[in-house]
Amino acid sequence: MRLYGTFNGTLVIAGLAIIFTLIAPSIFQFFTIITLTQVIGLSILALSLALVWGFGGILCFGQSAFFGIGAYAYSVAAVNIGGSTGSIFIAILAAAIFAAILGYFVFYGKVSDVYLAVITLTVSLILYSLMRRTSGPEYKIGKALLGGFNGTGSAPLNMPGDGSAMLFPMQTFYVSMAILIIAYVFTGWLVTTKFGRVCISIRENEVRTELLGYDTRLYKLCLFSISAGIAGLGGVLFCVGVTRVTPDVFSLGQSALAIIWVIVGGRMTLIGPILATFVLYFLTSSLGSQQILNANLVLGIILVIFVLIVPNGVVPTIMNWFERRRIKRYARQKERRMKLRKHRAIG
Amino acid sequence: MDLLFSLALQILYGIANLALISLGLAIVFGMMRVINLAHGEFLMLGGYTVVVATNNGVNLWFAMLILAPLVVGLIGLIVERCLIQWLYGRMIDTLLATWGLSLLFIGIITSIFGASTSTVISPPLGTVTIGEYTSSGYELFLIFVVIVLLALVYLTLKFTSLGLVARATMQNSDMSACLGISTSKIYMVTFSLGAAVSGLAGGLLVPITGVLPNIGVIYIAKAFITVISGGSAILAGTTSASVLLGGVNGIMSYITGPTFGEVALLFAAIILLRLMPTGITGRFFRKSQ
Repeated sequence: MRLYGTFNGTLVIAGLAIIFTLIAPSIFQFFTIITLTQVIGLSILALSLALVWGFGGILCFGQSAFFGIGAYAYSVAAVNIGGSTGSIFIAILAAAIFAAILGYFVFYGKVSDVYLAVITLTVSLILYSLMRRTSGPEYKIGKALLGGFNGTGSAPLNMPGDGSAMLFPMQTFYVSMAILIIAYVFTGWLVTTKFGRVCISIRENEVRTELLGYDTRLYKLCLFSISAGIAGLGGVLFCVGVTRVTPDVFSLGQSALAIIWVIVGGRMTLIGPILATFVLYFLTSSLGSQQILNANLVLGIILVIFVLIVPNGVVPTIMNWFERRRIKRYARQKERRMKLRKHRAIG
Repeated sequence: MDLLFSLALQILYGIANLALISLGLAIVFGMMRVINLAHGEFLMLGGYTVVVATNNGVNLWFAMLILAPLVVGLIGLIVERCLIQWLYGRMIDTLLATWGLSLLFIGIITSIFGASTSTVISPPLGTVTIGEYTSSGYELFLIFVVIVLLALVYLTLKFTSLGLVARATMQNSDMSACLGISTSKIYMVTFSLGAAVSGLAGGLLVPITGVLPNIGVIYIAKAFITVISGGSAILAGTTSASVLLGGVNGIMSYITGPTFGEVALLFAAIILLRLMPTGITGRFFRKSQ
């Protein structure tokens, strides 16, 4: 059974993730579990970028804009509604609708991919400077103050239907892992559907796909919105993990991190970016505790090196290596068999 | 009347500011189709050059007008030789690599100077009084500098042999290479010139904004959107986009306060790109540089 790049592979990885969820509380400390909730949120951001960039070929540099919108929408809605369940859906919708409006302008304007990268990045940065300035009491949505530079508090998750029954950190971790696994299986399934196949063909050759009769603008817009919704979901988990959301979710560094996770993990896979998020997060947070190497410096070096030397990312490079070895071994076996047969024929 | 004049001056300064921070990026983008995501850090490095130089007793004007472009131009040269030249034709990889570079620069400068800087250079040249309103003399000086810079770029492109060769490379690099022009050398010169202009801009803005390791972020959003809205022609694109977006920003900031000025700028740019996906100069003034 070939696992790499098939839906079966996705299910196997999802199974491994469930096992990880069950044993994680017994191997990690309580504090690590709380941190893990944040990282899960970030890894969903990486997953959404892997979907839109790796499978749709849409280079979105400002994926963190949707992530941040999700986080802000959740925090604001949770204060106004008084519960988390509906707020999560509001957050996903807010991010997806924002992406749909932005996407209408860029895809239907036929903006080229490099422009698109810069425009999405710019949107994120403008949101950053906008949210930083919302510090007065006049900036509020409903009952929720936006809080400017300090951001606004994010309510913890609660039981569906009962706003006062907060989940404990351990339960929040289980819920987050469940959401990550569902999001992962959903994206894994999405890329195997007809819709996903068309998106992949747009990545490979947009003109040819268009000539085959597909409205590429519409497909790209849909994929863009879906991935923005997923990014918004990641934002929800992140702000729940941190317990507040600040304008930093829109910052250049946040956008850069998402790109780095996807590049390092491998942009043609979905699991690569998720794993890269976990590994790099704990790498940078351990760098953050010492003073010799600046975290930005290390991230910059990682990005440059990967672009120059390992442009496909770690996971595809390893997969290709195994694939090549398998093919080589198969060829060798075949050759040996042929030789044997010839030998018999002569003998 | 005085209010109107003062407002017009303010908007003009906004336009000049936009042109100043975008010109270096526009030169590199127009000539080489390379979007340099480390552009903000070139501005930041120009700023730090001025701060370090003046702390060591160098004259402020000399530091801003000569030293900053020289130092950042040299850094640009090194960057082009070590990194960019391997990535020509791979636009997305260039974007990513220059982004890595931007983080690298922020990291290096933070390690050397710390996350904040205590030096404050107050704007020279005092104030100019217009009726009952006052305006900073330094802002007037910046408007003047931008006009001179644009004129210099125009004259260089139009009347020097370097400009001729550069325009040829811009139009058709393969054909220029066939005619014996070393396009790689042209790209090298262009990139370091673009970096030098960015350094100059960064240096000139220090008295107004101060400088921090991550100050580039403040500039780049506006610089990118200006260059992309302008399209590929260096001068006509930068000027027209700066006038349009700077005007929108200035007027909206006057009406609603600075919070929504930038948002209006972004909206104007996105609607503009919906109408003209290749920028203003993709639609109009196609023959211009």
